[in-house]
Amino acid sequence: MLSIEGLEVRYGAIRALNNVSLEVRTGEIVTLIGANGAGKSTAIRAISGLVQPSRGRVLYQGHDIVGTEAHKLVGQGICQSPEGRRIFANLTVKENLELGAYLRYTRRAEVTADMERVLELFPRLKERIAQLGGTLSGGEQQMLAIGRALMSRPKLLLLDEPSLGLAPFLVQQIFAIIEDINRQGVTILLVEQNAFQALRVAHRGYVLETGDLTMQGKASDLLEDGRVRQAYLGR
Amino acid sequence: MAPWLIKRILGLCGGAGCLAALSILLSRNLETYYYLVLIQCGIAATLAVSLNLINGITGQFSIGHAGFYAVGAYVGAAWTVLWRPVLAHHLSFLEIGVPQGDILNLLIALVFGACAAGITGLIVGAPSLRLRGDYLAILTLGFGEVIRVILLNVDAVGGARGLSGIPTLVSSGDLAAFWVFGSLCLVTLLTRNLMQSSRGLSWLAVREDEIAAEAMGVDTTRVKVTAFVIGSMFAGAAGVLYAHFFTGISPDIFGMDVSIMITTMVVLAGTGSATGAILAGFVLTALPEVFRFLKDYRMLIFSVTLIVIMLTRPQGFLGNRELGFGTFARLWKRLRRSPAVSGNAE
Ligand SMILES: Nc1ncnc2c1ncn2[C@@H]1O[C@H](COP(=O)(O)OP(=O)(O)OP(=O)(O)O)[C@@H](O)[C@H]1O
Ligand SMILES: [Mg+2]
Repeated sequence: MLSIEGLEVRYGAIRALNNVSLEVRTGEIVTLIGANGAGKSTAIRAISGLVQPSRGRVLYQGHDIVGTEAHKLVGQGICQSPEGRRIFANLTVKENLELGAYLRYTRRAEVTADMERVLELFPRLKERIAQLGGTLSGGEQQMLAIGRALMSRPKLLLLDEPSLGLAPFLVQQIFAIIEDINRQGVTILLVEQNAFQALRVAHRGYVLETGDLTMQGKASDLLEDGRVRQAYLGR
Repeated sequence: MAPWLIKRILGLCGGAGCLAALSILLSRNLETYYYLVLIQCGIAATLAVSLNLINGITGQFSIGHAGFYAVGAYVGAAWTVLWRPVLAHHLSFLEIGVPQGDILNLLIALVFGACAAGITGLIVGAPSLRLRGDYLAILTLGFGEVIRVILLNVDAVGGARGLSGIPTLVSSGDLAAFWVFGSLCLVTLLTRNLMQSSRGLSWLAVREDEIAAEAMGVDTTRVKVTAFVIGSMFAGAAGVLYAHFFTGISPDIFGMDVSIMITTMVVLAGTGSATGAILAGFVLTALPEVFRFLKDYRMLIFSVTLIVIMLTRPQGFLGNRELGFGTFARLWKRLRRSPAVSGNAE
């Protein structure tokens, strides 16, 4: 579904990604793990069109999407829960979700049905449907960011650190929900610091170190790998 | 025709009729001074509501609105004073002095003025709306000054003297208030309808977080440019009305102080509240008049009043709420409840 070839992204003189190639097949959960500043979020921004790579190709369903404006990619089925959640703070939970379905806003019935589905996934949001996004707790905002992305009916869902700042119990819950979403047919690229949890739900994984891909393989193999264990799992 | 469309057209006609009747009533019974202040309030409110589309709703900090106001005023006036007479030689229906001719010419002037301001908005907005915050503010402020300086140096439109002797197309028919408040209603209704649609939500999303909006599929550049162009068009229309009601314009009427005043109105109104912008337009235009008895201290007191308002209501007059029948109903309820509360305390 998604295939990245030799991707290079620069911010001025800083090279954030260096010759990165990775692949996400239809129906998979693929995780991209790495330390702070490794370039994980940059990879997501490059895929979704928010930054322009200086070299390389991003093939989505067979087409090179480099240079396509970000908002157009949403219509093609790529949507994300961005780094830092980026909830619309002064809009209600409901309005935030509606904006996720912005490109289909004329099909009211469909949007309402989707919202029901998302709220079923996140009952906490249902209780807070009229609350302003900015007044939600961090965990609730994370749920809203994921829910909002789901409202666009993505084929490929990009998640940037969905477990960041959540209590252990909530982390479990979020990952269970991610698996659930995947079972409903959404392909997922999951960027995480929480390597252990990410590798447990993912099918395959890639390890990014300061802009370079250093390891890749089946998630279960990476979970057993000595170097990964030492660097990212702390054991 | 669909029933809702008929209903809406009937509603508009009814509203326009009432407004026209009210306008005639006011112009015949109100002292000229108060009538002039009222018209000025209406024009200021139109400017504030139009800038609110850009600043308040899509969150683009533009502070050169007087530039578009000037473009509208000059192009509208140029039609009436310079171009129309030439055409009127051949086309008798363009003659003024008869009601049909007056109305037709004003409409043409409005269309020209609004379109010219809109096109200017497109030319200025399309490249500069990519800039953020402070940069956009500086650029739009500069644009306002550029327009003023250009007008100052173009002899065809009178240079520093400006254009005068604009025929009083509007006031002749007692309909000045009709046109001014009609355009105010139009831009307010447009804002309201927009905000009640799902499309309006995407405009607010641009204000809240541009990157998130883009990531949700909102064409943020297009939203910003659209808001900018519509806001500019209504500022242009306000300019046309100013020119035709006060019958004379010069570059110094459209200076930076006016831009800043309009921006102040929008900030005072509260983020994105159109009715708040109307209120601020009226208050800020009427206050200097109210303080006129203070003579030299007038502007000082005016500025102090502004500072006090800002300190006591930093969220603006209305915050992000709109004034409507619901507000009055709530206020009424609260008023009725309060005696009961004090009764308990006794
Ligand atoms: N807008 C920017 N301008 C300049 N440098 C940037 C910019 N965004 C990111 N960088 C740099 O690029 C590198 C990769 O950043 P990125 O945000 O992709 O890291 P990350 O892997 O997501 O880290 P984290 O886990 O902390 O979120 C970092 O060194 C960062 O400082
Ligand atoms: Mg990151």
